[in-house]
Order: sequence, then structure tokens, then C-alpha cells
Amino acid sequence: MQNEIQKRDNERIKMARLFGKMSRGEITRREMLQQGAAAGIGAATLALFANGPRRAWAQDATPAAGVEVGSTVPVPTDLRTDLTGQEITAILGNDGPGVPFEEAMIAKFSEATGIVVERISGPTATDERLTQYLQSFSAESADIDVVMIDVIDAGVVAAHAIDLTDVLASQGVEYIERIVQNNTVDGKLVGIPWYTDAGLLYYRTDLLEKYGFEAPPATWDELQSMAQTIQEGERATTPDFQGFVFQGASYEGLTCNALEWVASNGGGEIVDADGTVTLNNEKAVAILGQAAGWVNTISPEGVTTYKEEDGRGVWQVGNAAFMRNWPYAYSLGQNPDAATGEVPVIADKFDVVVLPAGTGEGARNADTLGGWQMMVSTYSEAQDAAKEFAKFMTSPAVQKGYAIELSLLPTIPDLYSDADVLAANPFYERLLDVFQNGAVARPSTPSSVLYPELSSIFYQGVNGILTGADAASTVEEMAADMETLLSEL
Amino acid sequence: MSVQPEALPLAPSPSRRRRQGRFAASESAYERRRERFAWMLVAPSVLIVALVAFYPLYETFRLSLTNARLGSTNTVGYLGLQNYRTILSDSDFIDALRRTVFFTISSVGIELVAGMIIALVINSNFRGRTAMRTSMLVPWAIPTVVSALMWQWMFHDIFGIINDVLVNKLHIIDEKIAWLAGSNTAFAAMVAVDVWKTTPFMALLLLAGLQIIPTDVYEASTVDGASRAQQFWQITLPLVRPALLVALIFRTMDAFRIFDLPYVLTGASPQTQTVAVYARDVLVGFQRLGRGSAAAVIIFLLIAFMVFLYTRLLNFEEE
Repeated sequence: MQNEIQKRDNERIKMARLFGKMSRGEITRREMLQQGAAAGIGAATLALFANGPRRAWAQDATPAAGVEVGSTVPVPTDLRTDLTGQEITAILGNDGPGVPFEEAMIAKFSEATGIVVERISGPTATDERLTQYLQSFSAESADIDVVMIDVIDAGVVAAHAIDLTDVLASQGVEYIERIVQNNTVDGKLVGIPWYTDAGLLYYRTDLLEKYGFEAPPATWDELQSMAQTIQEGERATTPDFQGFVFQGASYEGLTCNALEWVASNGGGEIVDADGTVTLNNEKAVAILGQAAGWVNTISPEGVTTYKEEDGRGVWQVGNAAFMRNWPYAYSLGQNPDAATGEVPVIADKFDVVVLPAGTGEGARNADTLGGWQMMVSTYSEAQDAAKEFAKFMTSPAVQKGYAIELSLLPTIPDLYSDADVLAANPFYERLLDVFQNGAVARPSTPSSVLYPELSSIFYQGVNGILTGADAASTVEEMAADMETLLSEL
Repeated sequence: MSVQPEALPLAPSPSRRRRQGRFAASESAYERRRERFAWMLVAPSVLIVALVAFYPLYETFRLSLTNARLGSTNTVGYLGLQNYRTILSDSDFIDALRRTVFFTISSVGIELVAGMIIALVINSNFRGRTAMRTSMLVPWAIPTVVSALMWQWMFHDIFGIINDVLVNKLHIIDEKIAWLAGSNTAFAAMVAVDVWKTTPFMALLLLAGLQIIPTDVYEASTVDGASRAQQFWQITLPLVRPALLVALIFRTMDAFRIFDLPYVLTGASPQTQTVAVYARDVLVGFQRLGRGSAAAVIIFLLIAFMVFLYTRLLNFEEE
């Protein structure tokens, strides 16, 4: 055991030297990983270093490494200290790599405030998580004080949340406006933005160059013709090559994709802020018809069953020119596989950009927002302590730690130009523009408790269009169904 | 599974009660005490069944008549049978019901035939029979969620092994098929995975039925000159019938309630939505406690009706 730790530390030192070379520009990132592999350095160490040494040491920190999980976050000094001894319960992330970091944050919080936090892991599926919360809220249970809620949950849980406007103001920094707006129901801030997500266009830089394209596509028309050209050329050698993969299965992910298409073509955001259904318009019909044309031409027939990982499976082995996905696919495409040490074939051959715009009047860039917020239950008997915890977890320092150690996207614009954050995640530089200019929120706030049903009408209808139903009449039916549904509000 | 009144003298059977009515005056105190004691013995299990089965059932039924929503702060209103009307006029539910019935008939039918063949094979004497019996159970032992995920990757249009074998190895088809995308192929894939998974269970139940058939019956029929086919139709099938019916009850109920397979294999896409998935969507996905409970009650009534038919059939067999 002692030998293994020594061996690992030796590996890390060697890798750190190579990393130094890379940061001085002497070798590329890819060469660093290849030379490391050639020197017999284990896959685990390679994977750790792929994102920078700071993240590397932090991930499986041991006393030998000298750095612990969460060490990038200082113990807070701006929190109330008069609540010592109070106890709160928080439902946070599901079991996974985020748990040790959450625990480290809780330890720092308790150290600073004397408040005891019991952490509970929530379910993985977002609708099951919401159901669990609602069961507890229905019983007006004081057992839960703080919960993390999905970006689409604000309307549903609003009645059970306390207003966090003053807590947000006390952070002293700007949060991404579109998310704050999304989380505000009838003037009440239901949740403080914690970390976020947005749809991105992944494209293969090498293939664009090979086929003479100078820039990534700015419009869906451009994407279509570029994907067509590349696909035709590549199929000569790779019969399975696909132009464009996205999430087309009948589920919430398709709502995200199709909202991007419709909004980017000037077709509105399904339902406007007043709760009026805006979907039934020519621009929406046109872009949904266009998307249906992608299936079996630039996209595989099976794309109508694809969720995130199906599309990434095609993309990651180099069989797609373009992919619509969330930011998580970036580091997976760039870094060696943690188990095998294999460097993905697409590493250093791809980049991300804001999704294309439609054409004609009202066309814009549109990227659907995802992400999580911190909410405090109105049934909590320790609301002040709970507020302090929500404040700390969403504070700039903790968000910075999340970005550096776990690659989760901050909800504070300033952090996208932070040198430490960018050192760990170079591609973040291009994301701020996405959030500030392209972000669209799903219509969960105007549709409130009916959002899950509204979304299912939309994704089932769009899935029908993708598998051959007529776009114009389906859109008309969807809009009518949505109007009937929303009349219940 | 009818109970012989003589075998359990403590149970207050209908015939016994009639007798009590007629001879109530002459009934001894001893007998009354025995009966009270019997009720005391069964009381805990009756209570537990009432608590864990009847109470939730009653609650579901009560909720199904209301507009209750999960997490709603509004007062719950009484709707009468409105939820039932809404569901029964919802084309999604009718489609799901039709699909579930078709799924049940096709998967249980195939499983019955395949299970019988397997049971006959492993009931005969051959080398490696024990190994065969054990390995046969592997698909049944894998949790449905795991096997559904496994098959999902195998059916994948681009990198799935099924397309690879059919297109590149066997050259049966020219182009890769998106199995889980088309409504017919997705449904067929769901049936195939269910057959793969539950045929061993069917085979096991049938095997138990086969093993209680005495061998001398076969010996006697061989002496009489019966062919193998005659033996199967005239001896094996009639004698294995009770076990077969029990297996069918279990499988029909399971198939009708199927949830995990479509939920994971196709992500509950509209093409493979079953009634259980429909109920879950309304109840959990849309948080409509009232309407979702009504869907659950409808499923319960349909299954209760099927079980009723089967048990009638079983009793008829026994008489």
C-alpha cells in the first residue's frame, strides 16, 4: 500500500512536469497525455491531469497529496454566527462524485456558523425528486429545511418556498439575469441560482477544415448543408458517419432541443410570460418541419430515440460532425477515459459554440437553460439557519470551487472571466455569451404546476413530427391541447 | 387452490356455518370456544391484510373521485366519476390499453410455447442437465432495469450488436434498422426482451408440474403402443394443466402490469406506452393524484377480472 502511494505520487510529479511544459506552450495537451502514457504513467493519473493539476489533486485527495476536496473554497467569514447549535436538513445531489464536495462545503459552513447540517441524497430522476419534495411539503413537514430544485420546478414549488430576494441581494454580486427571472414567481424569488447548464453546439474543427469551412455554422441552414457535405465525404470511409446528432427521444430533453429550434427561428418560447400559448405560428411550423427533414438525412433514423448519451456515443467515437448537447460532454470528449486511459479520438479536434440561429425576422441564438437552485422550505423551523446555508452554497466562493473541482457552470457572470476557473475549464470563456445572449428558459414559470403536462404535449408532438407527422396540423393540435390545459390555471 | 373443509376443521366454512344455524341451540360451549380461538389466530393476518391491502386500495379509490394534486395548497374538490370519464375518453389511455392487451397476449403466448419446450427438454435425462437448469435461469435472475439497459444498447441503431450482426456478419439486411424508433419494431423489441427474460420463469413452473407426473403412466402407455405425440397430448398436457394455469395467472398479471421494461428500454416513448406507464405519468409526472388514482383503479379492476376468470377456470378444472 505504501509503495502504491509512492508510485502514484511519483507519477503525479512526472505528470506535473509535463503539465508545466504544456502550460509554457512547449507541447500540446494531447502530447502531454501521450508522453505521459508513453512514460508508463497510469490511466488514473492521466485522467486526473487532463483538466489541470489543481483539479487533479483535489479529485481523490489524500493526506499524501496534501490537498483536500473542497480546498479551493475558504471558510466563509460573512455569515451569521448567532445561530450556533441550530440544526437543519438539506436534500442535495444524488449519490455520485459531487457528494464529497458537498460534504466538504457543509463542514466549512458548520465551522464558520456552528449550524449543524444533515445532508440527504435525493433521487436521480428529476420528476421523482420533485415528487418526494411535494409529498413532504403536502404534509407541511418541518423535517426538510433546504432543497435543491430543478430550473423547471420554480412554479410548482413556489407555494412552499420562502422569498430569498434579500439573501440574493446580500451576496453582493450579479447573477445571470435570465435564471433569476425564471426563478421569480409573482415577485417571490423561489430559489437562488446554484449552478447551471445550457445547450451547446459541438463541432469537429478538423472536419470543418478538411471540407473547407472557415467557421462553425451560424444558422440551421448552414449547419444542414455543412453536415450534408461532411457526411457524404466521410461515408466513403466510415459508412456509419452522421452529420448531426441531438436529443430526439420523446422526453424532457426533446422539449429543450425543440424549444431551441423554435425560439431561434423567431417562433417564440411556446408560452409567453402571461401564459398565452404562442406556439401556433408559421415560424415554429417551418423550423419543426425543417428538423423533421434532418431525420434520415443528416441525422440517423434512430435519433428520434436518442437521449444525451446515445448521441454522445456516436459523437465520441468520431462518427458525427455536429452534436447538440450539454456542457458535460466537453470534458468527456477531451480527457482520457478514467478506466482505460484511452484518449478519445476526438480530443483536441472539436470545439463548442452557441447553437445556430434560424433565418428571417426574429431569428436569434437560443440555448435552453438547465441547472439547479437552492430553495428554503416555508415549513422549516430554522429558516434563518437555512437561509444562511442557501446563501453560502450559492456564494461566489462555492460556485468557483464547483467550477474548478467539478466543472459545474457558475450562475455568476463574473466567474466566467476568473483566471482560476478558466485554467481548469478553458471553454468557459465562450459560454458567458451563450448565457447572456442566447439563454431561453422553458415555460415552467408561466405554466406553473402544469408544466410537466405542457412539456409532455410538446415533446410528444415534436417526436411525432420527427417521425413523420405533418408539422402544421400537429402544431395546431399541440397549441389547442396546451390552451385547454392552461385554462385550468 | 380450494381448501378442503375437512382438512382444516378450525376454519368457519360455509357448510359449517349452515350447520351451526340449524343446530345452534345444541352447539356445545366447547365448539364455540374453539371457533373464537380460531378467529383469534387468524385476526392478526386479517388485520395486516386489511392494513396493507384494503386501506391503500380504499384510499386510491377515494382519491380517484377527487381533483387532488400532489403538493397543492388548494382544497380538494369532489369530482364524482369525472376522472374516469376523462381517462376513458383519452386516446392515449385507449391506445395504451390496446397495446398492453396485445403485449400480454403475444408475450405470454410465446413464453408459454417456448417455456413448455424448455421444460420438456430439461425434464428429460441427459448429461449436463443440472448445468442446463441453472444456466437457464440467468435471464430471469437479472433485474429488469439492468437487462432493459443492456438490450437498449444491443438494439442501438449505430453501434448496437444486433444491427452489426445482421448487416455486417450475416448480411441478412442491407441497412441498419433503428429498432427502438419505429412503433412496430419498438413494440416487437419489447416483446422479445420480455420473452427472453421471463421464459425461464415459465419453464420453471412447468417443470415443477412435469415432475409430479408419475413415470409409470408413460410406461403403461408405451406398452399400449402410444406414440410420443400421443403421450404429450393425452398424458403430459392434461396432467400439467393445473401448473400451467397457475403459471399463466402469474404471467398474465405480470405482463399486464408491465412498467419497468418499457420505462427503461424505450424511455416510455409513446409507441410503447403501457397502462402502468400511463398511470405513472399522470400520477408522478403530472402530480395529478386524483386522475392517476383513477387510472390505477381501472388497472386494478381489469386485473381483478382476469384473475376471476382464471380462478373460475382452475376450479372448473379441479371439479
